[in-house]
Amino acid sequence: MKKTTEMKVSPMSKLTPLAEAISQNVHDGDVVYAAGFTHLIPFASGHEIIRQNKRELVLARATPDLIYDQMVAAGCARKVIFSYMGNPGVGSLRIIRSAIEKNTLEWEEYSHFGMISRLQAGAAGLPFMPMNQTAATDLERANPLIRRIIDPYSGHEVVTVPALNPDVAIVHVQRADENGNAHLWGIVGEQKEAAFAARRLILTAEEIVDESVIRSDPNRTLIPGFIVDSVCHVPFASHPSYAQGYYDRDNDFYLKWDKISQTADGVRSYLDEWIYGVKDRGEYWQKLGSETQKRLSVKPRLSQPVNYGNY
Amino acid sequence: MDLEYSSSELMIVNAARLLKNGDVVFVGVGQPNLACNLAKRTHAPDLVMIYEAGVIGAEPARLPLSIGDPTLVSGALSVVSMYDIFANYLQRGNVGVGFLGGAQIDKFGNINATFIGDDYTQPRVRLPGSGGAQEIAAWASRCYIMTPHQKRRFPEKVDFLTSAGYLDRSGSRQKAGLRGRGPVGVVTNIGYLQPELTGELVLTALHPGKTAQEAIENTGWDLKVVEDLRITDPVTEKELQILREELDPTGIYIKSA
Repeated sequence: MKKTTEMKVSPMSKLTPLAEAISQNVHDGDVVYAAGFTHLIPFASGHEIIRQNKRELVLARATPDLIYDQMVAAGCARKVIFSYMGNPGVGSLRIIRSAIEKNTLEWEEYSHFGMISRLQAGAAGLPFMPMNQTAATDLERANPLIRRIIDPYSGHEVVTVPALNPDVAIVHVQRADENGNAHLWGIVGEQKEAAFAARRLILTAEEIVDESVIRSDPNRTLIPGFIVDSVCHVPFASHPSYAQGYYDRDNDFYLKWDKISQTADGVRSYLDEWIYGVKDRGEYWQKLGSETQKRLSVKPRLSQPVNYGNY
Repeated sequence: MDLEYSSSELMIVNAARLLKNGDVVFVGVGQPNLACNLAKRTHAPDLVMIYEAGVIGAEPARLPLSIGDPTLVSGALSVVSMYDIFANYLQRGNVGVGFLGGAQIDKFGNINATFIGDDYTQPRVRLPGSGGAQEIAAWASRCYIMTPHQKRRFPEKVDFLTSAGYLDRSGSRQKAGLRGRGPVGVVTNIGYLQPELTGELVLTALHPGKTAQEAIENTGWDLKVVEDLRITDPVTEKELQILREELDPTGIYIKSA
């Protein structure tokens, strides 16, 4: 596989340094969707948004995860939109939880299916999405954007949620070409939906590969380059989340954040040391050190190749 | 000889036994995950485990800390988007069993995982929220709840209805058009609760050595006890061995009270 450095960059290339992509595409007050259900969470972009001191953002994600806990801690957010506000497998997202309990942060809440249906509607260019009733009606009362309509065919009520069209989506993938045609595999959560729903799309990739690599396996291309605004080559962009086949999830850090986020001092010194104190993801990854890098490395487990046929 | 085990181990073992070979189960992270993996390694080798991250037929080689762990993907039957897992699998009716937990479970098996307090906009304690629980409770063919048996966890009525049990009585689910039967059993560290015809949860079994009085004292409503109260089978050495040596060797989930 060819890497960026070995490739001739075509005039059409969308390759952009991450800092530039963020400053061009993320503006104060934007609705941001940093995609990825546990997997491929774009932490490097979140950290860059923090470094660039963006303000008043509306942060939408099914699971805010540590990335939004950190962005809220850094003062980037006016509001969060979510469907599960926890530290997966660990417990609370302490920063967001406490901001909600103190009423210093707005929030808007759905079930997972409601949240993802919003993106699906946005991605498909529909105004809303219907869902079957769940009878758990308290959330409908709590969130007036969850409504009901009569199914014109059966006459029964269905629940609806409005399309979500974020101002900007950020999606991290395993590999993409310089135009943003992107392969991703493993847990594919809501990346494709977020990409199509958003008005602007920043794509970051573990590897930048030649277009021929993408064309060798077109079924794996979930995002076509022509909907992408910026392509950034950012290895290890997802740590402490992971990239299937590239590096493991840093479960120790997810447990550690639970401790760090117990005190304002702990959070401040984390942000100072690991976000404001490093210039980019490369420096962050180096700073993690060889022991952590080794702990997160994974042995290969290849799929059987498929035969597309030569026609 | 009496085996020693934690409350968590007791609950996990009893939850595992509720699964049938061939069930398609929507697996939650933590204790339900251990229960499903234990069942698969004992009496239910053909259990199909689905994770809400979009993984179908997972065969995790290690204990996944999160619901989206990479070990769930490697060797799985299929991986699909979140929209697909909720629409084609859950809403369409392709999931047999769901596992649920929550901060509060009430008399009719309704679950609160959203907040504690009396005003949604001023939560006294804010919890993570629904995730997939709202849909699992509605659309899986049958659901089980796992929770420690404590009065504060078993109020007469939940503060917030995150996931529907039998609502205010049996029959309300059907009126809302839900395909799933709802919570057919609640496993606690004292015993086992099941809905009677009205949808009210009543005590139908005790774990060895526990008493109905303990269950009543730790329930927030006037808990009824069935006449033919059953005693659950003792936890076996084999079950504990799989849990401790294979599934949770560092004791993340089995040691907690």
